[in-house]
Amino acid sequence: MAVGKEIKTKIASVQNTQKITNAMEMVAASKMRKAQDSMAASRPYAENIRNVIGHIALGNLEYRHPYMEEREVKRIGYIVVSTDRGLCGGLNINLFKQVLADAANWQQQGAEVDFAVIGSKATAFFNNMGAKIVAQVSGLGDNPSVTDLVGNVKVMLKAYDDGEIDKLFIVYNKFVNTMTQQPTIDQLLPLPKSDDDEIKHRWDYIYEPDANVLLDQLLVRYIESQVYQGVVENLACEQAARMIAMKAATDNAGELIDDLQLVYNKARQAAITQELGEIVAGAAAVG
Amino acid sequence: MALFTVNLNVVSAEESLFSGSIKSLQITGSEGELGIMPGHAPLLTSLKPGMARIVKDNDEEEVIYLSGGMLEVQPNHVTVLADVALRADDIDEQAAIEAKERAEQHLNNHGSDVDFAEVASELARAIAQLRAIQVAKKKVQ
Repeated sequence: MAVGKEIKTKIASVQNTQKITNAMEMVAASKMRKAQDSMAASRPYAENIRNVIGHIALGNLEYRHPYMEEREVKRIGYIVVSTDRGLCGGLNINLFKQVLADAANWQQQGAEVDFAVIGSKATAFFNNMGAKIVAQVSGLGDNPSVTDLVGNVKVMLKAYDDGEIDKLFIVYNKFVNTMTQQPTIDQLLPLPKSDDDEIKHRWDYIYEPDANVLLDQLLVRYIESQVYQGVVENLACEQAARMIAMKAATDNAGELIDDLQLVYNKARQAAITQELGEIVAGAAAVG
Repeated sequence: MALFTVNLNVVSAEESLFSGSIKSLQITGSEGELGIMPGHAPLLTSLKPGMARIVKDNDEEEVIYLSGGMLEVQPNHVTVLADVALRADDIDEQAAIEAKERAEQHLNNHGSDVDFAEVASELARAIAQLRAIQVAKKKVQ
């Protein structure tokens, strides 16, 4: 009896898909744990250096580093951190929407926008848009290192030094918890001021050895650590988002299979009933 | 108590090594040894390979090896941003001794294509690790 052969094939195909999404969910779950660990490990450094930089921005320093001066904004730069792979829900597209809204805001004020992109998804998206991409890196893998990012950071810092851009932002997904990833835009340059109220009076540091050497070193390190932290957080977000997306896909596949099974059973039942009806009718006609 | 202790954070790129209030901190700055007490004037300096000796508010001591980095001092807050940092107990003494001997050999075999600055800094790191171990041992005895 060849009832609902198409339906059976369809069920088998959905089951295969379900197996794949289920496996991907479990892989993402284990990778997420690792990514979360490396994110937690580098977070104290990023937070502490951010505090130090906040203090420096507040102080009345004898040597004014260009990174501390607010300039008239003619052109701004974004470092956009995205994933290399898809199948992670709306993670990337939510982030891009946020950037575009922010960029449109600046464009209304007459500023132009440059992008440095990290991850192949951002590369593809901003290329399609025809945006101006000044630096690009992708294929960082599961354990990104600072050295992979230095090139991108350097391009943007040089652009800032040469006065080509007047503000620099980093855009990444902040890991709040497994269910929530927060698209975040942080200002890197000029340095955002700390809101630590205790040190508002006039003061300057004692420098050993020399103010500009120290600040150059510290500021570059600061930018690198912030970008690195963004990348690591985005990685944890990617795995979390993928886990959620794949869990939803697995659940949906389960529902689809249940529905199809129901349709299949009904069709089979109908065929049996019809056959019985035919036999009874035939017997009645003969009798 | 606010005057007699100061908050210290020691972080490296990989982890946070110390966070808490301390009575004093002894550390190797690029221009020489520094002693930081509560209420120190704001100071910003780079660090040489060396060790940080921390006296906690309960008078316990802790020794941490630093490969270099930055130190920021505020009257109420001290931050050490280390490149690489190790607790004295975690240092591999054997490896440090070997590294020191290797570096010394390189220095003596000059004439070959050795990057003098690099070897010298390697030697400085190894010596600093060994010193951190020595100080930590003395403390235990």
